[in-house]
Amino acid sequence: MKTPISSILLVLLASFISSFGAVFLKLGSAHLSRGIRGALNWQLAAGLGLFLGSSIPFVMGLKHGELSVLYPMVSFSYLWAMVWSKIFFHEHVTRAKVGALAMILAGIVCIGVGGR
Amino acid sequence: MSSATTSSPPASPGIPASATQHKPHGPNPVYLVFGCTVFAGFAQVLMKYGALHPMPAIHPADLSSILRFVIALLGNWPLLLGYSLHACNAFLLIMALRHGELSVLFPIYALSYIWVDLLSLYFFHEHMNVWKSAGIILVMGGVALLGRVSTKV
Repeated sequence: MKTPISSILLVLLASFISSFGAVFLKLGSAHLSRGIRGALNWQLAAGLGLFLGSSIPFVMGLKHGELSVLYPMVSFSYLWAMVWSKIFFHEHVTRAKVGALAMILAGIVCIGVGGR
Repeated sequence: MSSATTSSPPASPGIPASATQHKPHGPNPVYLVFGCTVFAGFAQVLMKYGALHPMPAIHPADLSSILRFVIALLGNWPLLLGYSLHACNAFLLIMALRHGELSVLFPIYALSYIWVDLLSLYFFHEHMNVWKSAGIILVMGGVALLGRVSTKV
């Protein structure tokens, strides 16, 4: 089965959505020091909602594509999350972090190829 | 999604300073994410078992078919346990993000790929091959590197 470009775009959209899920979880986690009331905040709800929501385009993409091609693409969310962590949280994106991310992405691609 | 991107707090006035400047105390966030990936790995295996569980078809016009589906869903314990583990894993991820950098912790989540692969060898008798082994080594190398970076934060 060949993987159509529409499936690839849907899975990339899923990775984009889940990276924002991580951003909102990070934002919401900052309120946890206020106890149970702090745990009930809209950022945490949005983060969990975005994670769950990201599975919709993922499953839609899987309908017409190969899992071994598409599953590794979900890990693009790590790449987006690194960009957002720089923009929104002013974290330092060092060469070590970029190198580690490159290794992880390459590894996930290998795992995907090995799963064919 | 557009609402999420446009209304997200991109901007930073809304971002509490504590989101980035917590002094680390309590468990190391890297270990929390590590635990979280173990939960995620087992959750995936359980959800695969859950997906293999026979489920009755739903006919929207037929209420009894919906009832049968709900009862079957409640009896699909691997699926329910899988979702519960995913909830534990979300909890640990949130606790970790509280004190750690997103750019370090989120990619560590990729360890779950390794657990799924190794657990599949045992539970689904899948085979290891060169590509999978190379992938596992690369992911572990990347995560180890991130672990080193995080200690310098």
